[in-house]
Amino acid sequence: MTDKSTTDKIPVTVLTGYLGAGKTTLLNRILSEPHGQKYAVIVNEFGEIGIDNELIVGADEEIFEMNNGCVCCTVRGDLIRIIQGLMRRKGKFDAIIVETTGLADPAPVAQTFFVDQEIGRKAKLDAVVTVADAKWLKDRLRDAPEAKNQIAFADVILINKTDLVGDADLREIEARVRAINPYARLHHTQRCAVPLAEVLHRNAFDLDRILDVEPQFLEMGDEHDHQHHDHADGHHHGHDHGGLKHYHDEDVQSLSLKTDRALDPDKFFPWIQNLVAQEGKNILRSKGILAFKDDPKRFAFQGVHMMLDGDHQREWQDSEKRESRIIFIGRELPESMIRKGFEECLA
Amino acid sequence: MATADTPSVADRVRLIAAGAPVVGVHFLGSTAVFVLGEEALLFAAGEGEPQRVAVHGGGILAAASDGRHIVTGGDDGKVAATKSDMTTLTIAADPRHRWIDHVAVAPDGMVAWSAGKDTFVQARMGEPRQLQAPSTVGGLAFAPKGLRLAIAHYHGVTLWFPNAVKAAPERLEWKGSHLGVIFSPDGRYLVTAMQEPALHGWRLNDGKHMRMSGYFTKVRSMAWTADGKGLATSGAPQLIVWPFHGKDGPMGKEPQMLAPAEHQVCVVACHPQKEVAAVGYEDGLVLLVRMTDGAEVLARRPGGTPVSALAWNAKGTALAFGTEDGEAGVINLP
Repeated sequence: MTDKSTTDKIPVTVLTGYLGAGKTTLLNRILSEPHGQKYAVIVNEFGEIGIDNELIVGADEEIFEMNNGCVCCTVRGDLIRIIQGLMRRKGKFDAIIVETTGLADPAPVAQTFFVDQEIGRKAKLDAVVTVADAKWLKDRLRDAPEAKNQIAFADVILINKTDLVGDADLREIEARVRAINPYARLHHTQRCAVPLAEVLHRNAFDLDRILDVEPQFLEMGDEHDHQHHDHADGHHHGHDHGGLKHYHDEDVQSLSLKTDRALDPDKFFPWIQNLVAQEGKNILRSKGILAFKDDPKRFAFQGVHMMLDGDHQREWQDSEKRESRIIFIGRELPESMIRKGFEECLA
Repeated sequence: MATADTPSVADRVRLIAAGAPVVGVHFLGSTAVFVLGEEALLFAAGEGEPQRVAVHGGGILAAASDGRHIVTGGDDGKVAATKSDMTTLTIAADPRHRWIDHVAVAPDGMVAWSAGKDTFVQARMGEPRQLQAPSTVGGLAFAPKGLRLAIAHYHGVTLWFPNAVKAAPERLEWKGSHLGVIFSPDGRYLVTAMQEPALHGWRLNDGKHMRMSGYFTKVRSMAWTADGKGLATSGAPQLIVWPFHGKDGPMGKEPQMLAPAEHQVCVVACHPQKEVAAVGYEDGLVLLVRMTDGAEVLARRPGGTPVSALAWNAKGTALAFGTEDGEAGVINLP
């Protein structure tokens, strides 16, 4: 059998964002810019797209529970059907964009690619891109759990409509976003003006590229990261974020674990599997790069709720520090229990 | 496992350049008709050039045949029926251009199709009859007598007599997403393939449940053996055949596991008279497997993309195959 490398798979970008944040603006921008790429677009609200595109498909956002006794293990049944149908026309498009409704939880969309083998064979999740409204995000983070989920889940976040808020407000919004998700790429935009390379073909779910995509991933401490600002809107915001307030979101947090001692795979795998089985409902996303004892190769994994996907990658290079690092983003994570469990996995 | 010593009929193949992904194949008389992923059917009669017949203005999402017509559903919202003389009739066009996700055809030629949650059956006269399922339809199947239609969906199957206006549809419930659906040839059992790697079945006279699990992947292909007593399926790196001899169907019995290979079985097609199944694998291998003793005959050597279509002609003298990247052929058997 010809080995289907990930490059043959159709990348799928998931576009989320609370009502009115600017998802459709971004979508129209993606479809109208002269990039030479053809996109198949799966939308929920037909008619808002002002661009002629042969391959726009309406979705029903049908969420199916899997029969495995796990209530958080849900998939988008309609996506399975639509992506299978679109694959009949493979060659007619280069990538798929899935626009979710403003109130959607991104998890079932992401889990669809973990659960359905056929979909996983033909398409791959590229990134979850979340558009947030600079003016209203603070309010939504207070009153709309969906909005918070969308931020927590994102690989790329556009803080949009920055022209409607002042610099101080913007810094505060950014700090609040970072309190929930310090790992996403963050962009300040007006009318979603962002180089499309910053939202498409990110390979954020590609195990081989966890580090390529996030070069700061291993170096990052627990403090927040401010290195990715993109000033696509042309304004200079300055890089002086020294005065950035540190927020602690009372609900969704991220947790970063690190060790330079080798891990014992016979301890680690049962631990992580048990952890996501127990706490998977609260763990929104997880990612890790691991150095196992007597193992020349790096192991990378990622997860959505209870689902984990991991594999060995390239060998550790001599110039690299053999360091294991895991991040979790989730609700009410039992931090001390997780830290203790992780420490017990040391070889 | 197939080896260099496995007897072979692979050299008896007449190769057909489909030029496009093959998503299905059916015989109309002696002509193998390949369903392509987009727009067209490909008629491969005799030794001549295969002929392309355009039937949809886009992707072909579903196809079924009663041996006289090939009924197709497309992402252009149309349902078409194409006969062996290569004429095509548009049976229906969805007013909202919704995708036609599934089609089924009864032995008497009655046609059913679904778009999203809505199932339609073409009545002899007048407008099609319509029934809305509780969720998107996962699959359609007519009962052997063709009077009753099974509609698979989330959490179960709806059984509908489309011509009995007063009869309320019956619901068979089982948690989960039901996709493919098939009646046993004697009409006693109904089996669905689920989103999980498992089948679910019901004995129709009393609704008794049957769970058939242990698969590696989602089951995409199911076919009844010639005697109607075995259900051959894909979904594992070997052919799985569930026994339906006794009154309890396969309950408490092990399935037969035949023709083990390195790769998953993705398509199965049972010979119309003999206890033989054609089995297509993900690596392009096609084997003929005698289910009485597991004997194997090589029909196509592995290579290329997964086998995506297999069909026997009515006499069982020819087997047509197609693959995901458009390799196709007809093997005439001794």
